[in-house]
Amino acid sequence: MPPRCIDNLFLRFIQLVSLVSIVSLLFIIFFLVKESYLIVQEKPILTVFTDPAWHPLDGQFLLLPMMVGSLLIMLGAMLIALPIGLLTAILCRYYAPRWFATIIQRLMEVFAGIPAVVYGFWGVMVIVPAIAAWQAPGTSLLAGILVLTFIVTPGVTIISYHNLSQVNQTLLHSAIALGLSRYNIIRHIIFPEVKHGLITATTLQSGRAIGETLAVLMVCGNVVQLPGSVFEPIRTLTSNIALEMAYAMDTHRSALFLSGLLLLLIVLVLAFIAESMQKPKAESQ
Amino acid sequence: MKTQWRLFFIALLLVGIGIGMGVAACSNPSNENHQTLSADTSNALAGKLIITGSSTIAPVTTELARLFESRFPATKIDVQTGGSSRGISDVRRSIADIGMVSRKLKNSEQEFQGHLFATDGISIIVHQSKSIENITTQQVRDIFQGKIRHWQQLTGDASPLTVIHKAEGRSTLEVFLNYFALKNPQIKADIIIGDNEQAIKLVANNPNAIAYVSIGAAEYAIMQGSTIKLLTLNGIVASTDNLLHERFPLRRELNFISRNDNNPLKKAFLDFTTSIDAQPIIKEFGFAPTLH
Amino acid sequence: MKLPSNYNPADILLAGFSWLSGLLVLLCFGYLFADIFSNGYAHLDWQFITTAPENAGRDGGIAPMIISTTILLFFALLFSLPIGIFSAIYLAEYTSYEHRFARLLRYALNTLAAVPSIVMGMFGFAFFVIILQIGFSLLAGALTLAIMILPLLIRNIEDSLRNIPHTYRLNAAALGLSQVRTIFQILLPMAKHGIAMAVVLSVGRAMAETAALLFTAGYVMRMPDSLMDSGRSLSVHIFDLSMNVPGGEKAAYATTIVLLFSILIINAATVLLSNQITRRSPM
Repeated sequence: MPPRCIDNLFLRFIQLVSLVSIVSLLFIIFFLVKESYLIVQEKPILTVFTDPAWHPLDGQFLLLPMMVGSLLIMLGAMLIALPIGLLTAILCRYYAPRWFATIIQRLMEVFAGIPAVVYGFWGVMVIVPAIAAWQAPGTSLLAGILVLTFIVTPGVTIISYHNLSQVNQTLLHSAIALGLSRYNIIRHIIFPEVKHGLITATTLQSGRAIGETLAVLMVCGNVVQLPGSVFEPIRTLTSNIALEMAYAMDTHRSALFLSGLLLLLIVLVLAFIAESMQKPKAESQ
Repeated sequence: MKTQWRLFFIALLLVGIGIGMGVAACSNPSNENHQTLSADTSNALAGKLIITGSSTIAPVTTELARLFESRFPATKIDVQTGGSSRGISDVRRSIADIGMVSRKLKNSEQEFQGHLFATDGISIIVHQSKSIENITTQQVRDIFQGKIRHWQQLTGDASPLTVIHKAEGRSTLEVFLNYFALKNPQIKADIIIGDNEQAIKLVANNPNAIAYVSIGAAEYAIMQGSTIKLLTLNGIVASTDNLLHERFPLRRELNFISRNDNNPLKKAFLDFTTSIDAQPIIKEFGFAPTLH
Repeated sequence: MKLPSNYNPADILLAGFSWLSGLLVLLCFGYLFADIFSNGYAHLDWQFITTAPENAGRDGGIAPMIISTTILLFFALLFSLPIGIFSAIYLAEYTSYEHRFARLLRYALNTLAAVPSIVMGMFGFAFFVIILQIGFSLLAGALTLAIMILPLLIRNIEDSLRNIPHTYRLNAAALGLSQVRTIFQILLPMAKHGIAMAVVLSVGRAMAETAALLFTAGYVMRMPDSLMDSGRSLSVHIFDLSMNVPGGEKAAYATTIVLLFSILIINAATVLLSNQITRRSPM
């Protein structure tokens, strides 16, 4: 077979393989739509914004506070985890001695694989009482953000560190030869190089953050309300599913699947925003 | 090296395809051996049962299944978890032979045969440091409706109450609301949770919290050194013993449900769960066994 | 790599903040690690790793869960790694950022990364267990996990491929190498560290997964006989011991320690393997 032919065949093949992810997602969305059809059939979809409260057994299906809760908790966690993860990666790569960097690296890898329930219990036993001593009841938006920060920091650090270590060495050598300061090298030479990787780290870990269930459920208090401050309890869309699915029947169950569908729609919108923010950079690529 | 890489990928690909085909081939036989009994079992029991449902019941069922399997080595009892509603829908769709439901069966569920094998008591818990031993029905009603917001009115402590409540649909919640004649929208809670363990941990770490949990789980936690205590309700001690003798009023049913058919293995297992041999195991998990 | 040290304010600020966050991370996670260790090590011995559980996991060991987890992880990677690598090649080597299909694919992946695990579990249950009739089995669990880790694999491998300077591709083309040969003989070996990192992250995600496995691979504590058997993973075991088994806490912590160390071992093996390939590769 001529090489050109193989090339073409290979392209067709990997195009096909790439479809797996899209098809999987479509299946999942289809599944969610099918399962939430019952509730959509019975009540107009806008009731999730207009109902007075969330009392699914009494026919009230307000989901808005949980959407806000999910968004707030994700934003909060990413706002803390992103700088910390990135700075830690910079430290390990350019400042710290080798042994220190290795310890952090191993620690991060291990903690990327701890089941959420462990973080959840740790949050209940350490973080929640600490906040409660300050502002009762302790289970709050803040506790959720902190626990979630613990969950996403390892991923952010690992991806940032990896991207830093892939920066073109010749580029660095020339920068050093030019006598640029360390800050300038990192800010103006390295940072633009790793920006793309950082965006990947952010989007993937944001996804993890907004999809996280169990740990959030354990420390957030789960009261359905729009929080007035970070010390007030909130419920997220994911906690809503995990809390109530065990006993939910009929329209209640269906409404929980609608929670899942709404979550994915929110993420889809966020992904769209992230993509369009990436666009200007793409021109230079 | 170049060829090695290519070989590696080709091998990977082949393995993937092979497994894909294996899946297709395997899926049929696995479907057959599921829930069919060997025809030639006149005396000895053999075959496989699938049990799904309530996560409260799943651990004790796993232990019951293990003992049952050791008695009848030709049997396999697979226990799955995921909530009472899953137990019902799986039995309805014939995915499972038995469903575990940790509540009373509803009127719409009369198509199933219920098998009440144990009851679980629900008790009010607070932190050990609180100088309160008994609570009355009226106090509970006031606390959970937000009429009592402060420990001042209960013990004289100068601290606000943290009310821990369960999520909508949970069976402990239904039992609680029923007994105290409350409606869920009336409740003013600070924290809403799902499982007992969570409530126990929260109360143990927050001296101002009040919650209601399964008695068995609370007794176990206290044995392990947790800093919670059970309150007597209108003077009645919340203990598994009182539950056993039906003296404690706040309780929920733990049921096995199944379709009305003649599966000897299923019948044998259900009978086993209410036999004298199953009792110590059920008590071990803090539930009160029923005898048939 | 060591950069030259300068002492202007911006430099000191950056160094200061880096050390601050690094130490914070070390402190917090070190504390968490010590906490888990001190709670669980008393329950941990050789028997714990080699025997079957008793009394719903409060006594006995976790041998069947270790085996089940290994099987789940191995097959999840086996399904998703080839798909992940090929999809990443497609994204990085054949499409630009604006390419319509590539953008669609990226949306899909970012969204897939956010599917809550409980939804993934119920989907896996409906699709693999019921529609494909695989039943509650390690296979159904592995397939569900495979979908969950796809975004991590593809996006990270894609980035590693994109980080390879364009000159390599031009040189390869100039030498008359076909695109397929360029990819397999030059680009993939160069991206192996990125692939290793993607695998490390995926292993973490898969090992931590609970809810998705509860509905697919299941809850059965028996030693699995085959891929078609239901089996309980370490994470599900930890979850059940700490949430549903009164008095299961010590065993839960001990299991967490085992989980921590297995991740360490798997990751070390992954990195070693990728280095092995480095040494033999022409680059």
